Amino acid sequence: MAMPQNEASNRAIITVLGRDQIGIIAWVSGRLAEYSVNILDISQTILNEFFTMIMVVDLEPSSIELVDLSVSLEQEGNEKGLQVKVQHEDIFTFMHRI
Amino acid sequence: MTITFAQEEIQQTINMIHKENLDIRTITMGISLLDCSSEDIAKMEKNIYDKITKNAGRLVTVGEQISARYGIPIINKRVSVTPIAIAAAQMNSEEMVRIAKVLNKAAREIGINFIGGFSSLVQKGFTAGDRALIDSIPQALSETEFVCSSVNIGSTKAGINMDAVLKMGKVILQSAQLTADSDGIAAAKLVVFCNAPEDNPFMAGAFHGVGEPDCVINVGVSGPGVVAKVVKEYPEADFSELSNLIKQTSFKITRMGELIGRAASKSLSVPFGIVDLSLAPTPAIGDSVAEILENMGLERCGTHGTTAALALLNDAVKKGGAMASSHVGGLSGAFIPVSEDAGMVRAVEEGALTLDKLEAMTCVCSVGLDMIALPGDVSSETISAIIADEAAIGMINKKTTAVRVIPAIGKKAGDRVEFGGLLGGAPVIAIHPYSSNMFVRRGGRIPAPIISLTN
Repeated sequence: MAMPQNEASNRAIITVLGRDQIGIIAWVSGRLAEYSVNILDISQTILNEFFTMIMVVDLEPSSIELVDLSVSLEQEGNEKGLQVKVQHEDIFTFMHRI
Repeated sequence: MTITFAQEEIQQTINMIHKENLDIRTITMGISLLDCSSEDIAKMEKNIYDKITKNAGRLVTVGEQISARYGIPIINKRVSVTPIAIAAAQMNSEEMVRIAKVLNKAAREIGINFIGGFSSLVQKGFTAGDRALIDSIPQALSETEFVCSSVNIGSTKAGINMDAVLKMGKVILQSAQLTADSDGIAAAKLVVFCNAPEDNPFMAGAFHGVGEPDCVINVGVSGPGVVAKVVKEYPEADFSELSNLIKQTSFKITRMGELIGRAASKSLSVPFGIVDLSLAPTPAIGDSVAEILENMGLERCGTHGTTAALALLNDAVKKGGAMASSHVGGLSGAFIPVSEDAGMVRAVEEGALTLDKLEAMTCVCSVGLDMIALPGDVSSETISAIIADEAAIGMINKKTTAVRVIPAIGKKAGDRVEFGGLLGGAPVIAIHPYSSNMFVRRGGRIPAPIISLTN
């Protein structure tokens, strides 16, 4: 049985979308540090006051499951008017890499 | 080190899921019931219940976990079983109803959306079990909530069993009559096939064929909204470019099915069967196959050119999808269910799309006349004649065709029926007023066509 690519990996992509405001990255990276989630890559743009951040993180050393991290960041993000998604990297690997 | 993605790629995936309704339509677990047989109905009920709840007990939980992990919705979790007319061949029709009820009970217990396989394969003729099952369908479907039924009445190799076609016209009408107060919902859970596939994950036609392993995971993707958007973005593209754009999009959609299927298979320790490439619409705005066709340049779905547009779409979806998955199967084509597709509904309401045009469209796509409400005074012979036409298309073209029509009891053409949920609602479509009675009552079999002699 073929395994998903990177099955062993515990990397996720975090995307944050919403109106720009002070402290978005500080908030996300603060939470990630709390859970010992390692940030591998980060990119951020602002277009017409619309904030977009994409972060590649490694949950391997972390104390939290991907799904729990997702729920926690999504809820907190909602309160700040931000749309936050945490998804295992395989969904992007499968769609965009052969 | 980490694989990096372009921001556009990440954004594209997120948009597909959140703006264009990309989702996994279904994870369907196929379960063989061949080892559940018993002379004693109570024993058999227990065997079936135990086997389904044991194998699929974690299906819903695992589906939800995978959905959260990858951030993609998985709309339905379903189970398909061995055709009951085979697994319970010794039962009479009252006992068949009891088996439908135990399937329903098992489905409720494990929390799935549908269970398919209350089915019979009679393309060449009936066994006692087939007769018992078919006789029990109207009662079984009207007294259960989750059970879906299918009957295969023809194939390219066997021809068309016109006795079964005649019978199924009556069964569909009775099913609708027994559930007249809910717009004939029982008939929406019943499909009549020619060339039925044994690994189809989509309802109402899913069953677990006898050539399948004991337990298997099949996945059905969705994604008309994603294709509709791409087509809309390139109004100037010629047909070669258009086909390529659809192929690339279909590839990406199907990869999602492949990923989810592999993940589900691993989590449940059950072999991964196939990804079904069908573009399955939902009643949601922007999740419509009709909209794709209209974005290609047709003022309304159903007008001249619709069949050609659908042929191009269906072929491009298959070409892109086939490259994206290790095993493709099931129905694998664009679906054109009327009530489940807001664009189809509008086209029928505006008089652009007729039953005859829908029939023509089924020659070039999967699957057939699907989720179409007929006037309530339709005769069972007319339904049989509609089935015969559709089966003939499947038999001659070596493809699957199906009929899932719902006689809207007490309603006439132009009135509306509502089924709710993914099944949607639709206007009642007009049918021909002329009789086909003498034709469908002849009895016997339409012989297999010359193209069946391939050996």
